[in-house]
Amino acid sequence: MTEITTSLLTLDARTQKRNAAERRFRAYGLAAVLTGLLLLVILLVSVLSNGLGAFRQTFVTVDITLDRAQIEEAEAALVKTKIYRGFIEDNIAASLEAAGVTEANDASAAADLLSKDAAASLRDWARTRLESDGEKWSKSFDFLAAGRIDGYLKGRVTMESAALDSKVTPEQLQLADTLRDAGVLVVKFNTGFFTLPDASENQVEAAGLGVAILGSAYLMLIVLFLALPIGVAASIYLEEFAPKNRLTDLIEVNISNLAAVPSIVFGILGLAIFINFIGLPQSAPIVGGLVLTLMTLPTIIISTRAALKAVPPSIRDGALGVGASPMQTVFHHVLPLAAPGILTGTIIGLAQALGETAPLLLIGMVAFVREYPAGPPEGFFDPASALPVQVYNWTQRADPAFFERASGAIIVLLIFLAIMNITAVFLRRKFERRW
Amino acid sequence: MSPLWTPLFILALAIAGFFAARSRALSTAGGNPRLMHSLPRVYGMNALIWTAAPALLLLAALTLAQPMMQERQVMSALPDSLTASAGETSLAMAEICRIAGGIATAIENRSLSKDAALQSSDIGTLRDALTGAGIAVTPETSAEILNGAQDWYAYDRRAALLHAVLALGAAALGLVWALRRARKDVNARSTVERGILLLLMGAASVAILTTVGIVFSMLFEAYHFFQQYSWREFFFSTNWNPRFQGGSDLGMLPLLWGTLYISLIALIGAVPIGLFAAIYLSEYASRRMRSIAKPLIEVLAGVPTIVYGLFALITVGPILRDYFAAPMGLGNSASSVMTAGLVMGIMLIPFVSSLSDDIINAVPQSLRDGSYGLGSTQSETVRHVVLPAALPGIVGAILLAASRAIGETMIVVLGAGAAAKLSMNPFEAMTTVTVKIVSQLTGDTDFASPETLVAFALGLTLFVLTLILNVIALYVVRKYREQYE
Repeated sequence: MTEITTSLLTLDARTQKRNAAERRFRAYGLAAVLTGLLLLVILLVSVLSNGLGAFRQTFVTVDITLDRAQIEEAEAALVKTKIYRGFIEDNIAASLEAAGVTEANDASAAADLLSKDAAASLRDWARTRLESDGEKWSKSFDFLAAGRIDGYLKGRVTMESAALDSKVTPEQLQLADTLRDAGVLVVKFNTGFFTLPDASENQVEAAGLGVAILGSAYLMLIVLFLALPIGVAASIYLEEFAPKNRLTDLIEVNISNLAAVPSIVFGILGLAIFINFIGLPQSAPIVGGLVLTLMTLPTIIISTRAALKAVPPSIRDGALGVGASPMQTVFHHVLPLAAPGILTGTIIGLAQALGETAPLLLIGMVAFVREYPAGPPEGFFDPASALPVQVYNWTQRADPAFFERASGAIIVLLIFLAIMNITAVFLRRKFERRW
Repeated sequence: MSPLWTPLFILALAIAGFFAARSRALSTAGGNPRLMHSLPRVYGMNALIWTAAPALLLLAALTLAQPMMQERQVMSALPDSLTASAGETSLAMAEICRIAGGIATAIENRSLSKDAALQSSDIGTLRDALTGAGIAVTPETSAEILNGAQDWYAYDRRAALLHAVLALGAAALGLVWALRRARKDVNARSTVERGILLLLMGAASVAILTTVGIVFSMLFEAYHFFQQYSWREFFFSTNWNPRFQGGSDLGMLPLLWGTLYISLIALIGAVPIGLFAAIYLSEYASRRMRSIAKPLIEVLAGVPTIVYGLFALITVGPILRDYFAAPMGLGNSASSVMTAGLVMGIMLIPFVSSLSDDIINAVPQSLRDGSYGLGSTQSETVRHVVLPAALPGIVGAILLAASRAIGETMIVVLGAGAAAKLSMNPFEAMTTVTVKIVSQLTGDTDFASPETLVAFALGLTLFVLTLILNVIALYVVRKYREQYE
């Protein structure tokens, strides 16, 4: 007879080992979940901390006063912007004096801190003045400060880095300090980031998302107006009318495969068919919209079919029972009941399309676009940019100051996506119906 | 006149037809809808469909076909010296199109008179007239090209008029036909419903057309590529060195290696985290934790890939370089296989976790209960019962994640670098199939050179690769689901 060495009251070594294994396993699982969440936080914090600066911009506030004679003289000159620059210098000197800065009152050096097109924008204003009545005009201008000065005030550029930089000198940064103390140089909210078009390599301060936001809006409009009707129609056919045969099987397999095809392949399709074969213009929202429509269709079809499936057969039977035709049953009874689900799926599909970059690169939307596209529908054929492509575009610039813009653009993109997804969740919660 | 006017006019006609047919049908029944076969508005719909659908289809077909026919006609008028090779022909045609487009805009904003553009047969005066209107014409532009442009513009105008007339004629015919059938005893509903069903079928076939379009566009251009470049070199050469002056090495092995290496690192990172997260969330977590953590992890799947790309480029890349690669002497490049792989791993976590979660949840509770009844702990149940039962589905999930990784573009474009290399060092910059598709197809491209066409061959390879993975994965997942239903 073997001796009983174990007891229910004390744990033997084997049980202890098994319990430890259990705890370890549980800890691994928890660690995995926490890692996932931590990575999400790191990702968002990294983007936010890099990009928040793009929403604020350094401006040089100058009160400009010009009279008709001055403008006419400048317009008659050969190099007009040089004269206008002179006007800015004079007025900066006056502002400095008013602010009580006496030492380092070098207006010409201060004007060097301005963005390159300050004189041109002054000239645009001055020329419109000439056409109006009056002899003397004054206006308070907020000129953009040059990119490096902006970087200095935001802490991106330091005295040490300026010493190595050909575009800015430490002396200019000291001058910037003086001007800031005098209240001439101020950092404030940057509305231009949302309204201005893209700018060239040397003018990071003037680069904005205007064209990209408009282009993305056009894309979404096209996707919405094409993908929603086609997707819903396709789902109705497949779910309610299609006979079970090999053709419908083929369509089903096709749709689930299309949902998993890499997005860049859709870009190749757009380039080969829509641009090279049909001859639509490059960089145009219409091509981007078509490509994104084809990409979004599987998402919309899959969610619409789920929504149609969720409508109980009793609704259909009831409608058919009172004499409605199958078509009337679907359009009068099933579709309205499935509408919230369809809407949610469509919003999620649109959100996916809004963030898509790779196919748009191939159809040429990465081109440098400074002109706003015209209003729809002609504008659908004009060159435009899109938010995610603009981000990519800015990461390819040599000046690292564009990274801040790129991260800022990402924040704008993420805010749009968050709004769309939250709307979808809200709609689902509000209209979800259990049968 | 904008080309949009014709379809708009057809639509207006169709809407007018709706009301006309409705009231006509009603009047044949003496204003009493009970005597009619179908509802009054169905007769209206009938007229709407008959007016708009054939006319718009005709217009679309004509608009698509016209440039090709026009091109053939203009091309046949060109002398042989300009159409010696495919490249020269396309150059000549591009020039003709450009000048014809210039003529059209110049006439529209009245800087050029129609007579000056079309009647002047003397090349000198024509050239002067065009230059005067701001169209870039060099003295080298040959007479044939200019005449071709004249023809092109004339064809364009004639075609636009012809299309409008034909489409409007079709619309009018349809309208008359539908109005004649707007009588109380006509079965309008069946006609309308059949029309709608056709429309629905058409929409469903868009999915097939897309696949056909993808396959054909890539097969067609890849075929051109393999005519100019040996397929053996493409598939088995280890040199990737495109040169736009010709004589490039276009072996895809280094690209494939980069793709697979990065995907492997991504999967090594994502699979354990995703799998353990799925196990924890489905087997251990409280309802409350599950309802919070699951959607949060899925947010990672909703973040656009360009965001991950930027994260790789400005955060992960420099950290890896400064704290790992450089101190260990493994390299000094911020973009590397490791950077792209790790960031892609983050992107893949939710794919693995939510698919595995679904599959683990589908394992019947009775299997677990049986295991508990035999005295296993929870983790033993998971390891010895739940996971083996869920294994095929989990493999499917991993395959789907792998297909995502292979086809992913923005993360590798921004994180992996552009140098085609066969190397084991994960801290070196390498490149992938998708990166090269982007770089060969953006910017100025010449669709006759193998350096551009190679992108289509790469795209085809990528498509086939991901298709195989997807088909296997979908098959496995679907088969497994049926098992327990």
